[in-house]
This record gives sequence, C-alpha cells and structure tokens, in this order.
Amino acid sequence: MRTSGAARTSITLLAWAVALLLFFPIAWTILTSFKTESSAIDASEMVHFQPTLASYSEVFERAEYLDFAINSVIVSLGATLLVAILAVPCAYSMAFHPTRSTRGLLLWMLSTKMLPPVGVLMPMYILFRSMDLLDTRVGLSLINTLVNLPLAVWMLFTFFKEIPRDILEAGRMDGAGVTDEIRHLLLPLALPGVASTCLLSLIFCWNEAFWSLTLTSSSAAPLSAFIASFSSPEGLFFAKLSAASTVAFAPILVLGWLGQRRLVRGLTFGAVK
Amino acid sequence: MTTASQQRSASLLWTPAVVVLAAGSVIPLLMTLWFSAQRYNLLTPDLSGFSGFENYRHLLGDPAFWASLRNTLVLVGSVLLVTIVLGVLLAVLFNQDFRGRNFARLLAIAPFFIMPTVSALIWKNLLMHPVYGVFGIVARGVGGTAVDWFADHPMLSIIVILSWEWLPFSLLILLTALQSLDQEQLEAARMDGAGAMARFAWITLPHLSRAVSVIIMMETIFLLAVFAEIFVTTSGGPGTATTNLAYLIYGRALLQFDIGGASAGGVIAIILANIVAALLARTMATQLET
Repeated sequence: MRTSGAARTSITLLAWAVALLLFFPIAWTILTSFKTESSAIDASEMVHFQPTLASYSEVFERAEYLDFAINSVIVSLGATLLVAILAVPCAYSMAFHPTRSTRGLLLWMLSTKMLPPVGVLMPMYILFRSMDLLDTRVGLSLINTLVNLPLAVWMLFTFFKEIPRDILEAGRMDGAGVTDEIRHLLLPLALPGVASTCLLSLIFCWNEAFWSLTLTSSSAAPLSAFIASFSSPEGLFFAKLSAASTVAFAPILVLGWLGQRRLVRGLTFGAVK
Repeated sequence: MTTASQQRSASLLWTPAVVVLAAGSVIPLLMTLWFSAQRYNLLTPDLSGFSGFENYRHLLGDPAFWASLRNTLVLVGSVLLVTIVLGVLLAVLFNQDFRGRNFARLLAIAPFFIMPTVSALIWKNLLMHPVYGVFGIVARGVGGTAVDWFADHPMLSIIVILSWEWLPFSLLILLTALQSLDQEQLEAARMDGAGAMARFAWITLPHLSRAVSVIIMMETIFLLAVFAEIFVTTSGGPGTATTNLAYLIYGRALLQFDIGGASAGGVIAIILANIVAALLARTMATQLET
C-alpha cells in the first residue's frame, strides 16, 4: 500500500500513543513499587524519586505473602494438570473417533460455561462445607478444573482437528495402542496447541477471583485474594500495593505475551483464526 | 487388542471429562433450583421447609433486585460498546505497518493478563484517588479540580476499569481477524475507485462481523459475572449504585446467609445467561460443520 511519509509518521505516533496509554497503569504500578510510601503519595516525586526496594522487602517480610504465592502456584499448576489429564483424551476421542453424540457433547460442554458462577455459589459453598473443602488448595484446584475444562476441550479439539488423520492411522497400522498413539504420535504433533491450552488454563487459574474470594479465607487463599485485602479504605499503602501487585502479575504477563498469538483461538473457541 | 475393541475404547475416552463436568455442573444446578423453592436461612435454622415461589416473589418485590438488574445491563452494554467500537478502530490502526509494531501491540494487550483484583485496586488508588491519584494530580497541575471518581461517578469508574481490562481482548481478536482479510480484494476495490471509507465499510467491517459476534458473546458471559472489581472497590455502593446481580446474590448468600433468596437470584442469573447462551450456541454450531 502506498502511504505518504507524513501519514506514516502520524500513524506511528498515534499507535504508539495508544499503546503507551493502555500500558500506563501497569507501568505506573511498576514505577510506584520502587518508591517509599511517602514518595508514592508525594506529587513532587511523581517521576523524580530515589528508587528503593524497601516495598518489596516489606511485602516479602510479611511471611504470609509467600504462602499466598505458593497457594497460587500449587492451585494453578494442579488445576491445569488435572484439566490436561481430562481434556486431552476427551478431545482426542472427539476429534479422531467421533460418534453421533460428539457434536451434542461438545455443545453441552460449551453450555456449561453459560452457568454463571454466582448461580451455583450456594450449592458449591454447602458442598464444600460438608466435604471439608472450604479454604483448601484441593477444593480451589477442583473448582478451577471445572471452570477451565470446557474451554480446554474445545481448544484442543480445534487443534487436533488440524492434524492429518493419515499420520495417526499409519501408526495404528503399525500396531500402536491408543495410549502409544496419543503419547508418541498425537502429542508431539499437537505440542504447540497443547502448550497454549495449558497456558490459557494457567492464566485463568492464576487470575481467578470469584471462587478464590468466596471459598477461601486464609490457608488456601491465592494472590488474587491477598491483593483484595488492600481494599480497606484505611490502607493507603500505595507502594506496598504496587510491589505486591507487580510480583503477582509479572509472571503471568510474561507468559501471556509469549503465548498471545495462539491464545486467540482458545479465547474464541476456534471461531477466529 | 483387536482393532474393533480399540476403536470402541478410543471413542469412549471422552467419558471421564464429561462425567466430571456433569457432576460439577448438573448437581449444583439442581441444588440451586431446589434451594430456591425452600425457606432456608443459615441464621434461622428452625424456619425451614418448602416455600414454593415465595423466594422469587420476595426478590421480584425488592427494589434492590431491579436496581441490580439495571446495573448489570448498563455495565454489560457500556463495556461492550466501548470495547467493540474502540477495538475496531485500534485494530485497524495496529494493522498498519509502522515502526515497532510488534512491541507496541504487546504493550496494548497487556491489561488483559492482569488479575481483576489488581486492576481494580491500582485504578482506584494509584490513578483515580482524588488526592494522591495520577488523574487528580494532573488535573490540579493544569489548573482544574480533581474528580472524586468513586464517590461521584461510581458506575462510570467501574465501566472504565472493565473497559480497560477487556479492550485488549477485543483488539487481539479483531487484529487476528483483520490479518486474514484478503488484501487483493481491497486492492481491487481501490482500483475500482472505492475510497478508504467505502473499503472500510463494505469490505473490512463485514469481514469482522464474525469476530465481533464472538467478542460480544464471550465478553457478555464474563461481564454478566463481574464480581471482583466491585468487591474490592465499591462493595456495591454507594447504596446500590454499583450492585450488579452477581454482587447482590453474593451479599444475600454469604453476608445474610439467605440461601433460599440467593438461590432464587441465582436461577434468574442463570436464565439471563442462557438467553446469551442460545445465541452463542448458534454461532458456534457452524464451527462444527467445517
């Protein structure tokens, strides 16, 4: 396309202005995390300040912070592992051994996403209470598994569909069993798809807030629930809030950036490529 | 193992996932329906029993319920409008060839990956706080007055935060859709004398329609269930100004322990979501044909 020099310059400027504007709250949080509490609320020290790691060390010194972080890691990884164990065989059989019920099952799985969490809050709370799952990592992992399973099956299904059937059939001729077929033929071929499915599940588990806030209180609470404790009106701890937030979002932001291109397909159930 | 029995076992590998999902969704759903017809409050355990539509009648007669329903619709509608209109414009912008495009794209989509409790709190405190927030400081710096966002415009504040969270989502999807646009078709239209606006309206926009419908449906599912952002900023207030259906039900359930009432609200939330679901299923069904 022919674009004049001036038009190109203004497009560059405009696009960068928009990008920086959208990123500003994140950049500002990272910046504030290197301030002291007093310089964080001092208008004269908005940009010119003495950088310090004081807020980070204070956040980490509060022993619980690590506990919250560990809860986040265990619950996210645990739920994602469970999702993968359930979703890979399911998507495999739906993609390569479809039956008359496959289509209906896929649509039914999608329909469970339409169940608003708050619609089943009461039963979940009561079931969790009676099974002693309230405020446990196991309980939170289970609920995250339920939340992410339909999306994972759909996402894997669309990735598996693109793998030529001949390759798997050739393996079957050579006498490979179903387990071998999945492990040695399908998974290597579909690795990028499986990886991005797991990545999306990790991101959703890590950021999950509704069930974390309602079904956990202290011993299994993840970072998203911990950050919520900064919401008290007295708690004007801008620098500590920023440091705790930065540590909470940094790993998932990096993962999200790495996988962004492939995530689109999962987020749209394969409808946009 | 014979091929036939292998085939049979392979075509049954979906069962564990389906059983888990069915147990985790159908059982709670039936329980919600059951509770919604019960007099059931954890604070008054001696008052119990079947109450028919009593919980529903009580809920429908409560002004707070209608306020929450209106707030839910305002919230979903506003965020959808903002994210789609801006999303289309920004996708066209970011689809242009400019210096550092890939890096600028990464910055623009970053808000989507930030956890909701963090997003809400950094907006409320670091940016929108009337005394110490960046907006207030900048406003006073240019001679204006700072706005007390959450006191004076609580709903608008929540809409701004949610739009910031969801704009990257629509941008990312629309950008992907734009990249599959047939450039030759655009070039042919240009040769035929179609202006930039005409090409946008007659070729680009129709090409994006599928992506837009997916965005509408996905965002609606999540926006109907918005909770954390309200929980950490306004707690539904002032009054019921920012109480959506999800937050209202949460209050009935875990603050007032009115299980019957909360479940009746839950059923209404489910019905609302299913109106959207019907539309989503229709779009997605065409996916299975290909």
